[in-house]
Amino acid sequence: MNTALSDLEQAIEPLRKRYIGQRVGPYLAWNKVSRTQIWQWCAAMGDTHPEYLGGETAIAPPTMLQSWTFRDVHGDYAPGSTDQNTYEVLGKLDELGYFGSVAVSYDQQYLEYLHEGDHVHSFSTISDISALKNTALGTGCFVTELAEYFRQDKTLIGTATITYLKYQPNQTSTGAPPSSPRKIERIRPVENTDSQHYWQGLRDGKLLIQQCSDCDVSRHPPQPMCEACQSINWHTVESTRRGKIYSFTSIHHPEIPPFDSPNCIVLVDLDEGVRIAAQITGVKYDELKIGMPVRANIVEVQKGLSLPIFEVEQ
Amino acid sequence: MNLPAVAIVGLGATEFSKNSGRSEMQLACEAAHAAVQDSGLTGSDIDGMATFSMDNNWEIEIHRQIGGQELRFFARTEFGGGGALGPFAHAVSAIQTGQCQAAIIYRAMNERSGLRFGSGEIMNMNTLNPDMIHFSHYFPTGFMTPAAWIAMCTRRYMHKYGATSEDFGRIAVSMRDFAASNPAAFFYQQPLTLEQHQQSKLIADPLRLFDCCQESDGAVAFVVTSLERARDLPNTPVEIASVRQCAVPASRQITPFYHADIAHFPEFDALSCDLFRRADTAPNELDFACLYDHFTPAILPQLEAFGFCAPGEAADFVKDGHISRGGKLPVNTNGGQLGEAYIHGLNGIAEVVRQMRGTSANQLERSDQALVTAGAGVPTGAAILRKQA
Repeated sequence: MNTALSDLEQAIEPLRKRYIGQRVGPYLAWNKVSRTQIWQWCAAMGDTHPEYLGGETAIAPPTMLQSWTFRDVHGDYAPGSTDQNTYEVLGKLDELGYFGSVAVSYDQQYLEYLHEGDHVHSFSTISDISALKNTALGTGCFVTELAEYFRQDKTLIGTATITYLKYQPNQTSTGAPPSSPRKIERIRPVENTDSQHYWQGLRDGKLLIQQCSDCDVSRHPPQPMCEACQSINWHTVESTRRGKIYSFTSIHHPEIPPFDSPNCIVLVDLDEGVRIAAQITGVKYDELKIGMPVRANIVEVQKGLSLPIFEVEQ
Repeated sequence: MNLPAVAIVGLGATEFSKNSGRSEMQLACEAAHAAVQDSGLTGSDIDGMATFSMDNNWEIEIHRQIGGQELRFFARTEFGGGGALGPFAHAVSAIQTGQCQAAIIYRAMNERSGLRFGSGEIMNMNTLNPDMIHFSHYFPTGFMTPAAWIAMCTRRYMHKYGATSEDFGRIAVSMRDFAASNPAAFFYQQPLTLEQHQQSKLIADPLRLFDCCQESDGAVAFVVTSLERARDLPNTPVEIASVRQCAVPASRQITPFYHADIAHFPEFDALSCDLFRRADTAPNELDFACLYDHFTPAILPQLEAFGFCAPGEAADFVKDGHISRGGKLPVNTNGGQLGEAYIHGLNGIAEVVRQMRGTSANQLERSDQALVTAGAGVPTGAAILRKQA
């Protein structure tokens, strides 16, 4: 384990001491086992086993185990249940930054059948908080809960072992919670074999202009064939990024995030003899004029996307 | 070569609104069916279908629902509103060469209640889509609305000829005057003053709110067939006297930035003479025009390209009232796309048909011959339509 992870472990250790092995309960079922609930479960699951509803006394399908002591929609347990919260530890992990949450396993064990009229209660124990691990979703630990289900006569009728991963989501993780909305970004250009050199050039801090290798005519935007001589041989020349404003506009409405409003756009006749459309900054929209000398900086506007952005040349 | 003449014989349209409340397919079927009924033909007579890109309704779906049998000709033209006269060019050719006998031309869109063109959301993120490859040079900078693209041309026109925002405002006022007396228009009974235009908010400088057409829901459809057959049908035939598409080397899909001079729309300059020659007419013989007015300033270079006035004189031509009610070349007597609705040019063509039938809300005394144009700032087209006895 590296040192950084070890520091993080130190923060979790008090939670292990406090919560592991602490058994809380009882949590009471809202209702006694009834024929109606069994019918609903069987109808929903498509379970037609004759034992469940066929006899004098209905028998509950064992897979209903967890459902008996479910909380209601408000998160409340049935009256008579403990006030202690099994899941307090999960909240503590949230506070440490492991706010990602995903259930990774759920194993049940069935020991006794429940019959119509039985009343269930359960106890819950945090049985383990694992060492920190680096997962595909992010760094986090596995928290294991053991739930024990009892009949009214205190006979253990079944257990459930549930493991959660509590993690700090990676930046790129798809498991990011909905509480962190995605930032609106610029539309990314399509880079195909005809234009990839242009966008890569910008990422390398260069404004590259295509030039015909046979007749020397420059062209922009990129295209595979020279329209002057039909040659498909070309190379690029690095632009000085200097030119003069040929035309301009400022976009006031609608506001298009993430752009400033107004967003000033210029058509620039570059010294290399081609025209290019780009943003201009550092000048008020009503101060723009045709013929103004301008020069572009190459700006990484968002990760992996660089663009020429002009400013008025002093 | 003496080719048989082709005419518009049927016209159908839905109402124009901001929320049609029904699917684009239903709008298309309603307009196409109305056009067939209007023409005096039946669905089974229709064996050709033509539209232009950004319409989301497939030819075969409409054809089946209006009672079509075998479909022998179908064609779709690229470049959105610039393609508005493409279907006419193609249907005329198909009818003249016997590929089909009667074709429906249509446009149906929920452009206001569905995907809005002016929102900056026109995008197909499919990386193999030619639109996306093309717009990659503009979208990442936020340069992504038609108003902003056309504003670049407008700025050059102002720079070259000294035109002002008020000159554009007078165009809006003229269109809204026609719209105010057209019950089918959005702006029916809502004329505009120059002052209101000047006070409206900036959209993409120098374009103001009232320089821009309105995104609309609605559909328009036509039936075209040979003039010979048209003479046996109930409506006054509107002959397609000439129709022409045009792109020049620097033409781009609605980003007309690379022409040597973007104050003009070089596609119109290039096609104009040939268009008149093939219709055997001249600018001063036209009674009116329906010019593509997605934005007011687009009218000015069009008036010049088609020879109604000299280059640089269009603003004065407008100021002198020539394109307005009572002028010598009334333009967009339905209120245009600025005042009636934005059905990508087809509602303007519908107005020409009504004028020639004598059924326009703003009926002209003389309406025998007219010019119609498709979108400006894109590969485009134009046509001369002529009333036939």
